[in-house]
Amino acid sequence: MSTIYFNPKESESIHILREVAAQFERPVLLFSGGKDSITLVRLAQKAFYPARIPFPLLHIDTGHNFPETIQFRDELVKELGLELIVRNVQDSIDQGKVREEKGRYASRNTLQTTTLLDAIEEFKFDACIGGARRDEEKARAKERVFSVRDDFGQWDEKNQRPELFDMLNGRIEQGQNVRVFPISNWTELDVWEYIKTENIKIPSIYFSHKRKVFFRDGLIWTANKHVYREPHEEVVEKMVRFRTVGDMTCTAAVLSEADTLDTVVEEIRQSTLSERGARIDDKRSEAAMEKRKKVGYF
Amino acid sequence: MENRKLIKIATAGSVDDGKSTLIGRLLYDTGSLTTDKLEAIEKTSRQRGFDYLDFSLATDGLVAEREQGITIDVAHIYFNTDKTNFIVADTPGHVEYTRNMVTGASTSQVAIILIDARKGVIEQTYRHFFISNLLRLSHVVVAINKMDLVGYDEDVFLKIKADFDALVEKSNFQTEQITFIPISALKGENIAKKSAEMPWYVGNTLLDHLEVLEPEDLQEQAFARFPVQYVIRPKTDAFHDFRGFSGKLYGGNLNVGDQVTILPSFTESKIKSIQLFDQELEVAVPGASITITLEDEVDISRGDMIVKSSELPSSEKSITATICQVNHKPLKIGQKYTLQHGVNRVLAKVESIQSKIQTDFSGEESTEALKLNDIGKVSFKLSKAIHFDPYQVNRSNGSFILIDEGTHDTVSVGFIF
Ligand SMILES: Nc1nc2c(ncn2[C@@H]2O[C@H](COP(=O)(O)OP(=O)(O)OP(=O)(O)O)[C@@H](O)[C@H]2O)c(=O)[nH]1
Ligand SMILES: [Mg+2]
Repeated sequence: MSTIYFNPKESESIHILREVAAQFERPVLLFSGGKDSITLVRLAQKAFYPARIPFPLLHIDTGHNFPETIQFRDELVKELGLELIVRNVQDSIDQGKVREEKGRYASRNTLQTTTLLDAIEEFKFDACIGGARRDEEKARAKERVFSVRDDFGQWDEKNQRPELFDMLNGRIEQGQNVRVFPISNWTELDVWEYIKTENIKIPSIYFSHKRKVFFRDGLIWTANKHVYREPHEEVVEKMVRFRTVGDMTCTAAVLSEADTLDTVVEEIRQSTLSERGARIDDKRSEAAMEKRKKVGYF
Repeated sequence: MENRKLIKIATAGSVDDGKSTLIGRLLYDTGSLTTDKLEAIEKTSRQRGFDYLDFSLATDGLVAEREQGITIDVAHIYFNTDKTNFIVADTPGHVEYTRNMVTGASTSQVAIILIDARKGVIEQTYRHFFISNLLRLSHVVVAINKMDLVGYDEDVFLKIKADFDALVEKSNFQTEQITFIPISALKGENIAKKSAEMPWYVGNTLLDHLEVLEPEDLQEQAFARFPVQYVIRPKTDAFHDFRGFSGKLYGGNLNVGDQVTILPSFTESKIKSIQLFDQELEVAVPGASITITLEDEVDISRGDMIVKSSELPSSEKSITATICQVNHKPLKIGQKYTLQHGVNRVLAKVESIQSKIQTDFSGEESTEALKLNDIGKVSFKLSKAIHFDPYQVNRSNGSFILIDEGTHDTVSVGFIF
């Protein structure tokens, strides 16, 4: 029996997750297969132990995910006995609700929003738990822990509810829903150190591996049929890993030899590039994130 | 996570005193600004024709903020040194956003109040110091900024310090809780490195000063309060009869074996176990999210509170509190709200508004209503008793929020007497 073990950030996140279960009727955890949502799953396990996690996971699958992520997702769900809901961007495309982007920077990342909003409506979810952190991006730094969205999923950044002490107000009207960010106050390094101390399993693509890639705009892109590539963009084999895992079309790799949690954590600690520096979607413009959030993005 | 201590800070001060610049500078000097973020700042600064790097661009993240060059909403910024994790709430200085200062301060232990060396102590300084005092922050750093614009003159610093000391006397702060540091956020003087321009200043740099603060010293000592957030009933074969009460502990320690009273039923029991996930603990400390089981079968639901039987809080159906109005809708006599005290909700009706409090420590005046950003003394009648301590004794068990019944917005924050 140990006496005092206490991690203030973990404790805060557990508090938030319990508030979600208590204040909402139909919460859901948005699961991307990335390290932040995997961390959320561990925190939710802790929050409700020895009971099961009292909400399902929702994965919006762009169809362009890394196969390693999908395999990992299915194994995790099976191991923990969780309920998983998958909704596909391909279906939204087939239904004519969104149009596939064309050309050099074509990505399904923004298309996800429509599929997500449809899923929220289909299941009448009133709270969507996400793994976004305030340190990721400057518009995210303004985000509340309980972020109220209107019927269109929109974020009204100038009119947010104040959050005082650790009292969370999840009261909403019919049709509104709340995005919840339990690890708002964690940094990228916090997440990695946590994964290390807790010995949490993560997809293999976070570790150094040999991959066929090509270079564009100073970023390393995965060479794959889903990723547009010009004939002159030469494919090479490199030792790389991913720092953030999203859709193949919007996540760039970094050159790395780090193949254990220890070396990965050390690499993050030394890094002079921010995590989202490897996000192709953010490079589109300085206010890219704020714009996407306003229309209902995660 | 490694064993770094966590310090939470709120910045305060008037518009353009340099709060965002200071935070940007702290990020830069601690190596927390990554190359790509720094490049973005360089690029924007150049585009705007500035001679220097505008570090406020590191935190002013909204389009409207960057256009107007002011902060509109609280941003949370993170950086760390080898020993400490810092969370800084960058709050807006504009009078219209006073509520955001209250919000930022509510989750902080320390406030940095910036003063423009050219302007000295002004109304916003009074206001923000008043709020730091009202919210009982543990420590205030008075950073006298833009010293570069007054020739790094010691007399300017001393004059502002003397003016501020007069305010400290009117507050509940002890002088050792207040520290004065002359800085230039823009030039990085006395932020991470000692300023060669101000040899007359012998104290710590801002960063050194923040590093020596200890969270235990900033944590208040009070009675243990355990509001039940969620009842855990697994209903699985392995844990068939398990009934755990989960929540976050405030104020003081709880031990296995403690004799406890459950409110509002006033039934008594003993703590059988304390759990954090699959670990069994002997003792839980304040701030920890835990699950408790009791020796007896007691009927407990969300919003109930478990306390040591020898340390009962006040249980009242009428309360008086200092209210800060954080919404455009004014608070008036006769109005009904949902009052959220921790995780417990009751209905509340405004019985009387005793006064509006001047935020310059000059006293109180009578009023009919509290408008946005007003602070006043208000009495409420409640539908059920709440179990509280005065805010002076226990920050978390002495505060509450009011929720509007129509819009569901959080409209006020209260500090119970
Ligand atoms: N000369 C000089 N200028 C400074 C210093 N610190 C900040 N400034 C300038 O003062 C202006 C306002 O700085 P900000 O950091 O945006 O001020 P703020 O306190 O965050 O303002 P609000 O958030 O809108 O309340 C900018 O032009 C800064 O470059 C300093 O130490 N010396
Ligand atoms: Mg600012």
